[in-house]
Amino acid sequence: MTSAAAAPAAAPAPPSRRRRASPSARRERNAGLRFISPWIVGFLVFTAWPILYSAYLSLTDYDVLTDPTFVGTENYERMATDPKVRLALWNTLQYTIIQVPLYVVVALALALLLNQAGRSAGFFRTAFFIPKMTPPVAVGVLLLLLFNGQYGLVNEVLGVFGIDGPSWTTDAAWIKPGLALISLWSVGSSVIILLAALRDVPAELYDAARVDGAGWWRRTRTVTLPMISGALFFVTVVNTIAAFQMFTEAYSAYFGAGNSTYSNDAALFYVIYLFREGFEQLHMGYASALAWLLFVVIMLVTAVQLVVSRRLVYYEGEQR
Amino acid sequence: MTAVPAAATPEVAVAPGAAEGAGPRRTQPARRRWTRAIVVTTLVALTVVFIYPLIWLLSASFKPRAEVFDNRLIPATPTLENYVTVWQEAPLALWLVNTLVVTALAAGTVTLSSALVAWGFAYFRFRGRGALFGLVLATMMLPGAVTLIPTFLIWNALGLVGTNVPLWAGNMFGSAFYIFLLRQFFLGLPREPFEAAKLDGANNWVMFWRIAVPLCRPAIVLTFLFEAQASWTDLMRPLVYLQDSSTYTIPRGLKALIDQFGPGGESQWEVVVTASVITTVPMIVLFFLGQRHFVQGISTTGSKG
Repeated sequence: MTSAAAAPAAAPAPPSRRRRASPSARRERNAGLRFISPWIVGFLVFTAWPILYSAYLSLTDYDVLTDPTFVGTENYERMATDPKVRLALWNTLQYTIIQVPLYVVVALALALLLNQAGRSAGFFRTAFFIPKMTPPVAVGVLLLLLFNGQYGLVNEVLGVFGIDGPSWTTDAAWIKPGLALISLWSVGSSVIILLAALRDVPAELYDAARVDGAGWWRRTRTVTLPMISGALFFVTVVNTIAAFQMFTEAYSAYFGAGNSTYSNDAALFYVIYLFREGFEQLHMGYASALAWLLFVVIMLVTAVQLVVSRRLVYYEGEQR
Repeated sequence: MTAVPAAATPEVAVAPGAAEGAGPRRTQPARRRWTRAIVVTTLVALTVVFIYPLIWLLSASFKPRAEVFDNRLIPATPTLENYVTVWQEAPLALWLVNTLVVTALAAGTVTLSSALVAWGFAYFRFRGRGALFGLVLATMMLPGAVTLIPTFLIWNALGLVGTNVPLWAGNMFGSAFYIFLLRQFFLGLPREPFEAAKLDGANNWVMFWRIAVPLCRPAIVLTFLFEAQASWTDLMRPLVYLQDSSTYTIPRGLKALIDQFGPGGESQWEVVVTASVITTVPMIVLFFLGQRHFVQGISTTGSKG
């Protein structure tokens, strides 16, 4: 590098390039890389290598105890005909379709309410956030107790309004709605994100809309929603990815040693099936193939959301 | 807890000018005041909905078995027996210590390493920095399921499955989300103090440790709190890595108790309920210790994401 810079023959090289190679620039680069080095090591060992190895494992039969044997695309062929894969994908999709819109709408409604609450907003914001601190395992316990079909508090409250509540935790048709409902309990962090976005909406826009005679609903639709569409999109995407990877609440409530009294099929979400195949059945090759399918599905869904968002999301000034 | 906001409602609702305070509208029309009253009443009702499950859980932990499902706010026959039973049935103290150790190591290592890496991305200018940082962000998109099995095999090859090392050691290399978060804060620092320190002969490490870190203390605390919560509440990794019940973290232990005493087991819900309370209370305490950080942190990371 230095010799090239010294040689006049390398004249066409732009001057900026020579400056980058200067000793002080090199020192700065080396110092920067030194600070970043933990992440580089971690990326190579815990991200890059696992991705490659997982791709390889997905083409093998591997039970940890004996060496992996190469089986080509057999795992993927098996997935195509495995009824449990279809069931788990379908369950996960159903849950996502129920949970994500419900969750985003509730988060938005709560944020809009808080935005009208003046000084007391801080208190209520805290109250809505606290449940988010509950460990998901305990949320699973609360699900089984509060949504119990016979004795649960939820059905007792519904009974007050004359509604005969369903068997949320045992009726296959109601397991996913029950999980979606209890997920609303943890909506607090998304409310905080949306509320922060609402507070960034310039007051002049509302004043202008008021002058034009726009009512609350019209102001919300034409000013608020477009101005916070970036945050709404963020909450939607993050929550969709999380819904596709639903594991802990469902697993702690409906799976595990000795838990056979429930019809688990309705709660067999994709990551639960992957986990059981990998770590209970020790089908590491097959589970790796399952992981890749999940990866592709999540990427596709996120890509679709991105494309749709191009038309719906308004970013003021700069992108991102 | 619920009585407080209920009592405060009229005051808050009537408080003049609490609304858009500094605005030019000095006289609030009665209609606006009514709107405010309705909003606050709705919020109080919703607060009850959000907080009640926690109170229900706490209350149920003081009820004998037959009364767990009676949905009464105050136990008819309050008892501490469940806590004694849980303590006898499960090595709870050990699980709590295990979890505390894992949480402290996980949060401590990830905070230090992420801060180092974030500083590397924020302060130093060099070619390829943008691309590398793009790679950091890209790793956030990767579902954990893809790396779960190979990562397990790494720890298995090192003979560390069954110990708590896999639950925190990966954090020594930084975590994309926190690197992103901390970099945002570091980028907000003025450059002058660092140029001045450099002239005084301070090296990079001193500038990071003595100037950048103290100036970004809130973000550092936030990272620690976020990871402490994530680590304390995690179930997947303890399920994968811990085998002997003496090594369990408390969520893993709670799962074992659900299996033993829950729906598929002996249906001793009072034990499960009490263990759930013991699992949850430290997180509520953590929240109140770092309340300001949690709310501010989520606001900034969310809106900037």
